[in-house]
Amino acid sequence: MTAPAASDRLDDDDLTEMLTEMIGARFFSNRAFNLQRQGRAGTNAPIDGNEGVVVGAARALDPATDWVLPQYREPPGLLRFGEEVLRRYFLYIVGHPAGSHMPEPLRVWPPQISLATQIPHAVGQAWGMHVQQQEGVVLVFFGDGASSEGDFYEAGNLAGVLGVPVIFMCVNNGWAISTPVSRQTAAGSFADKARAFGMPGVRVDGTDVMAVYEATAAARRRAADGEGPTMIEAVTYRLGPHTTADDPTRYVPPDELEAALARDPVVRFREELRSRGLWDDDREERAAAWARDLADRTVAEVEATPVAPTDMFDHVFAEPTPALVEQRESLVEHLARVGRSDV
Amino acid sequence: MSDSAGITESTDTAASTETAESTEMNMLTAINHTLHREMARDDRVIVLGEDVGANGGVFRATEGLYDEFGATRVVDTPLAEGVILGASVGLAASGLVPVPEIQFLGFVYQAFHQLAGQVARMRYRTRGRFHAGITIRAPFGGGIRTPELHSDALEGQLCNIPGLKVVMPASAADAKGLLATAIRDPDPVLFLEPLRGYRLIKGQVPTGEHLVPFGRAATVTEGDDVVLVAWSYMVEVCRRAAGKLSDLGISARVLDLRTLVPLDTEAITSAVEECGRAVVVQEAPRTGGFASDVVAEINDRALWSLEAPVARVSAYDNPYPVGLLEDDYLPDVDKVVEAARRTVEAS
Repeated sequence: MTAPAASDRLDDDDLTEMLTEMIGARFFSNRAFNLQRQGRAGTNAPIDGNEGVVVGAARALDPATDWVLPQYREPPGLLRFGEEVLRRYFLYIVGHPAGSHMPEPLRVWPPQISLATQIPHAVGQAWGMHVQQQEGVVLVFFGDGASSEGDFYEAGNLAGVLGVPVIFMCVNNGWAISTPVSRQTAAGSFADKARAFGMPGVRVDGTDVMAVYEATAAARRRAADGEGPTMIEAVTYRLGPHTTADDPTRYVPPDELEAALARDPVVRFREELRSRGLWDDDREERAAAWARDLADRTVAEVEATPVAPTDMFDHVFAEPTPALVEQRESLVEHLARVGRSDV
Repeated sequence: MSDSAGITESTDTAASTETAESTEMNMLTAINHTLHREMARDDRVIVLGEDVGANGGVFRATEGLYDEFGATRVVDTPLAEGVILGASVGLAASGLVPVPEIQFLGFVYQAFHQLAGQVARMRYRTRGRFHAGITIRAPFGGGIRTPELHSDALEGQLCNIPGLKVVMPASAADAKGLLATAIRDPDPVLFLEPLRGYRLIKGQVPTGEHLVPFGRAATVTEGDDVVLVAWSYMVEVCRRAAGKLSDLGISARVLDLRTLVPLDTEAITSAVEECGRAVVVQEAPRTGGFASDVVAEINDRALWSLEAPVARVSAYDNPYPVGLLEDDYLPDVDKVVEAARRTVEAS
């Protein structure tokens, strides 16, 4: 790794903001988990263990010019791009159709459930930006499991051939639901796969937010300077279940989890900032209060956001086809017949 | 009408055309001509796919584009259908208008997850922010002894994907007018080109601006005993069948649906009401095919006008067979004539 350029160096405010974002990410994700347990939200995927990767990568990007394509675990850590990301995330997990609408000017794509399908989108967007000489780069998150999909290889290959300004952020958190990395690849590392694409591959400690930041900043510089794509493998460990529907005690070795908990990225960074004199109990309490307050407000707002059955027909096409118009009318008539008043 | 030998162009009733000037083209030339025009008209239009550049496409549909518009706008991609469509989503998000080519429709299986799972639902799930204004061109169809998976008519599978428009021209003029409309449409369009018609189907094509709206079927042949409903190359088969039926004293109307999504149910309804009998002809296998949908629409909208059950002529439910078998697999003039006769004689 090259050292970050002067403009890439972070000041104290950056560092405390990053820790606040990481604390918030875990809190928001935990709130989402609890909402599911209370029957107020659908299945969702906790961020625990990935906070350093998401926050570190986001800090190296410019929210005014750069784009992020998440998989689905990242949104609670992407508030650097705007608190609206959180509102959309909660809308998403409660099942509101506005949840995957990331409005202007957010340069964040909605969560992607179909693994690795967002990687071709990222390459295409970076390609289009490059062709049109737009400023900025594109960063795409995906996991160790997603790297086994064909889309990863097809997109990596095309990105290498075209030399477009894209950063592949492979979040290796050890598990794809119950499948360990050893069953995902026989390669020495995921970063090694970059070689086949003709792009540099770097492996960083994903529990070290600063390491992720520096790797991403270097990749961003390369991309912005026209030197093409980079693949980063950020190695961390999934500290919670795959989703609210998963029971990891069936397959995660307890000693492995215990070792990973000792390297919890949030704890590590908190200790680091404390040792630098940048963090104390007061700051901790303020960060927690901010997260709690934002989550409370956002969830209240989200749960009060109206939705009508006929919303399902919106935005299929720019102009609905006659068939959709007819089908919409038939639902309205049906709901009226059965006495529904929310149409 | 009579066309046992020649192939003449249908009269276009719904098209908007700037001048009356026209010249004879085959379908392939019309497509190539339209790509040239649309790329010149809008510099956001970008063509991508396998062998579309210097080679001009394996059928020459993209011939000359590379020389005229350069390697930035006419892009030979690696041989990977998934990322051709997947990258098109991102290209569209960046503000470009991608016109990807899938070299043969049968290869779209390798991109089906992007097509059905991503391209078609991008507008829906993002409430219009990342609409995928992509025109996917793909040749398809049998009868020309191509290798396996080059011939399959997959429109039934594709019409069952919400969010996708499915356009299947049957004439050279429509190939131009519908392709131009597709490229300017803000939503994803599958533009399916019949291999057998590429050079065989010829006709007068307006040389200037020529747009054919989606969802407007065209009456290709007038008649009032029975309506033959078809799309793409099967329209040609039906035109020839109508000629034979005429010799038998049966007046057959041929209705070209042009686009399956959106579907012109009004044209189907009024044709059935006027003729009282209908035969729906598709090149695809029978089960789950689009012809079944047309029959269902007739059932919903014009059942009481029918004097006989609606007949279907289709390929069979076996996988597309190899060359020595394909002529008997495909619907042909004799099969259509027989079905029409049975329908007319049923009451």
